[in-house]
Amino acid sequence: MPLDANLDPRTHQFKYVGTRPLRPDGVDKVTGRAKFGADATAPGMLVGKILRSPHPHARIRSINTAKAAKLPGVKAIVTRDDFPETKDPSLKDVLYNVMAREKALYDGHAVAAVAATSASIARKALKLIEVKYDILPHVTDVDEAMKPGAPLLHKDMITDGVDPAPTKASNIAAKCEFGHGDPEEGFKRADHVISRVFKTEATHQGYIEPHACLASVGTDGSGELWVCTQGHFMVRDTCAALLGMDVSRLRVTASEIGGGFGGKTTVFIEPVALALSRKAGKPVKIVMSREEVFRASGPTSSTSMTVKIGVNNAGRITGAFAELRFQGGAFAGSPVVLGAMSCFACYDLEHVKVVGYDVVTNRPKQAAYRAPGAPMAAFAVESVLDELAQKIGMDPIELRLKNAAKEGTKSSYGPKYNRIGLIDCLEAARRHPHYKAPLGANQGRGVAAGFWFNFGGQTCVSLNVNIDGTVALVVGTPDIGGSRASMCLMAAEELGIPYDKVRAIVADTSSLGYNDISEGSRVTFSTGLATISAARDAVTKLCARAAKIWGIPADAVVWENGYAKPSGPNAGNFEPLSLQDLAKKAAKTGGPIAGHYEVNADGAGVSFAVHLCDAEVDPETGRVQIKRYTVVQDAGKAIHPSYVEGQYQGGAAQGIGWAVNEEYIYGKDGRLQNPGFLDYRVPVCSDLPMIDTVIVEVPNPGHPYGVRGVGETSIVPPLAAIANAVSNAAGVRMTQLPMSPPRLLKAIFDAKG
Amino acid sequence: MAKVQVSTTINGDAVSFLCEVDETLLDVLRDRLGLTGSKEGCSTGDCGACSVTLDGRVVCSCLVLGAEAEGREIRTVEGIADGDKLHPLQEKFLEFAALQCGICTPGFLVSSKALLERNPNPTESEIRFALAGNLCRCTGYDKIVRAVQAAAAEMRKG
Amino acid sequence: MRFEAPTTVNAAVKLLAGKSGVARVLAGGTDLLVQMRTDRVAPDLIVDVKRIPSLRTITSKSGAFRIGAAVAGAELGGHKALRKAWPGVVEAANLIGSHQIQSRATLAGNLCNASPAADSVPALVAAGASAVIAGPRGKRTVPVEAVAIGPGKTSLKRGEMVEAILLPKRPPRSGDAYLRFIPRSEMDIAVVGAGVSLTLDAKGVCTAARVALGAVAERVILVPDAAKALIGTTVDAEALARLAAAASAACRPIDDKRGTKEFRIRVAGVLARRAAQKALQRARGM
Repeated sequence: MPLDANLDPRTHQFKYVGTRPLRPDGVDKVTGRAKFGADATAPGMLVGKILRSPHPHARIRSINTAKAAKLPGVKAIVTRDDFPETKDPSLKDVLYNVMAREKALYDGHAVAAVAATSASIARKALKLIEVKYDILPHVTDVDEAMKPGAPLLHKDMITDGVDPAPTKASNIAAKCEFGHGDPEEGFKRADHVISRVFKTEATHQGYIEPHACLASVGTDGSGELWVCTQGHFMVRDTCAALLGMDVSRLRVTASEIGGGFGGKTTVFIEPVALALSRKAGKPVKIVMSREEVFRASGPTSSTSMTVKIGVNNAGRITGAFAELRFQGGAFAGSPVVLGAMSCFACYDLEHVKVVGYDVVTNRPKQAAYRAPGAPMAAFAVESVLDELAQKIGMDPIELRLKNAAKEGTKSSYGPKYNRIGLIDCLEAARRHPHYKAPLGANQGRGVAAGFWFNFGGQTCVSLNVNIDGTVALVVGTPDIGGSRASMCLMAAEELGIPYDKVRAIVADTSSLGYNDISEGSRVTFSTGLATISAARDAVTKLCARAAKIWGIPADAVVWENGYAKPSGPNAGNFEPLSLQDLAKKAAKTGGPIAGHYEVNADGAGVSFAVHLCDAEVDPETGRVQIKRYTVVQDAGKAIHPSYVEGQYQGGAAQGIGWAVNEEYIYGKDGRLQNPGFLDYRVPVCSDLPMIDTVIVEVPNPGHPYGVRGVGETSIVPPLAAIANAVSNAAGVRMTQLPMSPPRLLKAIFDAKG
Repeated sequence: MAKVQVSTTINGDAVSFLCEVDETLLDVLRDRLGLTGSKEGCSTGDCGACSVTLDGRVVCSCLVLGAEAEGREIRTVEGIADGDKLHPLQEKFLEFAALQCGICTPGFLVSSKALLERNPNPTESEIRFALAGNLCRCTGYDKIVRAVQAAAAEMRKG
Repeated sequence: MRFEAPTTVNAAVKLLAGKSGVARVLAGGTDLLVQMRTDRVAPDLIVDVKRIPSLRTITSKSGAFRIGAAVAGAELGGHKALRKAWPGVVEAANLIGSHQIQSRATLAGNLCNASPAADSVPALVAAGASAVIAGPRGKRTVPVEAVAIGPGKTSLKRGEMVEAILLPKRPPRSGDAYLRFIPRSEMDIAVVGAGVSLTLDAKGVCTAARVALGAVAERVILVPDAAKALIGTTVDAEALARLAAAASAACRPIDDKRGTKEFRIRVAGVLARRAAQKALQRARGM
């Protein structure tokens, strides 16, 4: 739905949008009353626990559950035999990941599960399940997995996107290609060409709340599921399919969610809990331990990337090429396509080509992590640009301005851009005091730009007017960032009633139509425009009620500031009727008053960001300290500025961790060595400075108020901004992440020669 | 396993319960006493989401056995507000948008309340180090630190 | 599994020595509970020693200190006299984990957990601390460096427990310091730890020194060559360089998820030097 023709968000006097009221779920969250995934209980509830493969690659010859079944207190056991083969190819990988089939494909792969009357009995029962494994050779590194002769995960995997198709199976699931023109031509015209290989390790979204759910299936095949998820409709449809249930018989309620960042956009334990509950005839609760979260949920890809860029002395990029090699764990689907599409998206290029390889390895199946694929690819591209800027003696922001995409530019991934805010962000960054602040000893500054597509998707909203003139807003997208507050602001704005009179809930799957997952930075955009539309629908109906009361045509009534008014003196001389007045009279004027909107939203606006980072390196130990950080990002229109700032800061913080210390560490035995917060090192409070934010607002022409998604773009620039800062501070170009002290110190010493 | 009988004080109320020897205080709070405000993020004392105070000191309740609570005084997030009156920290957390998903918030409130009780005028650095045992993945800590600073200022006004 | 909370050392020893099965002392619990959770140990008996009054106190006599085995790190930090005499020991103990961990973790527990990377141990070793061990055959006192014999292994016999940590009287013109290397600013296990204690004479010449390193061998090591580099000097840049080289040379580290051999060897020298500089400043300040 496009920007209102009558509404320029830059000059329009919004009454509620753009303010910072308290969020509706806030009091519950500061008092401990809010219910998250693991906080629900049910009478007769059993505890479910999952047995996981200790081997990274092994054929599962047999699973003997007899001894476990005899343990008093054990009420149900499930294995691969309890999950029928699926006819839906898009679900096959999900099913095989939820419960291993012929092979265990990673350390942590689920092999069986037990429901018992207590956690300690469930744990004992797992130890009694006898699994016979034939251990196979394994591979965890992306480049190793691509080599001919590498241990093969799937004997039928023929690389998609290669013509003619290969005759032999490999670990390369797919190849993709994007771009236009001919980079080789472009390099010929360059004065300087730099080509580098970059590597990044796998990281985890790191949400503090482990996956948790409570499943209850009755003997009539009807089920209820309480789960922390970013998409309860997706959970419903997927679980119903895997369990052979009618969709209408499964009612899924989304709990409050303790972080997702993309990691809760699929299912892991939910089908297992439902299957156990169905078998036991009792509710079953499964909560992942932190170790299980690391070993067996969905981290993001580790990558190996080659980037080659040529510039002329005037600072114009003449040619750009990238080959991205991403491993997505044991099943196809790494975000290499999105990485390939986005990595050069900031620039106006005549000759650009990106090739991407989606590779499988013996690691957990990846899941989305905030702008999937983009941070790693941007790390590589923005690092090379930093080197080129230094080579030609040009300011790094100036170099980007000279090549910045703008309205009408043909993007590196195909479409032409609408109105966009990259140049606004670059200029705002250059103006910011951070950019001119002096640097101390052993300190370096890094700049990077980033891009994310943002998505629309299937969305429904219902808006119900209550008898006292308050409004119940019913949405279907779990609130992962404060969106309920933003929805209430938008509804209040449209209805012209105070923010406090609107209350939003996230409905369960039986109470509302289908909603796509809360992902792709889509909620404020899609649920927002659906909310605005539902409110306008309600307003139409309210006006019709007023018209009925006044005995005038419906089109002679207008809605202004929360009141129905005659449209002009010709329509009649009637006292305005407030929403409250009309609500009171609803039963007499036709019944309950509600607005609805169902849509597959498009028109999501792309969002750009520029990050500035100052880092200090201890040259004797390789320790990195982030001294100053600034995020400049285009939000289109900030509905609730505090929560927009929050997304900017949160994305930056995750990027800092990813750049400096976070990584999945595998031993030669193919097992994950650091499945815990002790050795998987996310930033702690004392690691970070205050994170400055600048909200740029270049309205998105596709949304009534100009909203652009903000949740993901914020994690795209940090890897490069920090790598550039550290490289400048240490005097050595870092091409591998994380820049942990052992790596950095070695690079410093190697450079000294 | 024989159960242990424990008598303790939680948020000012006398409480008694039975628990298994290897049950943690966190398990007891959440699964036996219905106090689900304290969260389990890691069960190894690395995330602080389970923070409570034990005789006035902040601890990870996942690293305390239920049996150890005998005769002690425990305070959880559920005991921070005074009836229907929020504590300044709770108010400032809301006002400053110091929470996004909110799962770490109970732990932060317990830790920062303990901090302000022993140091009513902490510097930014003191706040950051005092809260280093509480992980937040959503906010980048900026607004949390500002909320604690604001609450401290408000509390100093008396 | 049984849980007991005796109120005397003798009762505790009796429990620990009794019968068969696995018995574990519970003081702070910050290691024990993690190990139970990850199935590394399944005790049959847990002996909570926090109800034994003599284990909860810090006493001082003629300048020497006796720290009860169940005294938590946060309490050490709050003890003015201890902080003044042995700032290195206190700062080392206070580096262990977060404030939450500090409320519980004990010196004795840190020592007996026998991690080569334990934060308090290099400082205790440098300070010349000893451990009072109570057991079925009575009490014995040993230097702390004799307690841990390998990762997770101590020289304690069945039924024995550490009752107290003793710190000697601090000579005049002395200072101690502990530094560790961690990648973040908090919450990490030390990749390298260095504890230095030194004494100067009236002319500012070093007359005694002890240098201990953590996380660079299978247990905390005392590095006599590093100490020798300081003794007889004014702890100038040249002496410090020799100390650093000796520290690096003494390392026999491993590659693991926290650091490489090469990294540990390099950083051990840097940290030993920096810790010596800090100890020197403290010695001069007294």
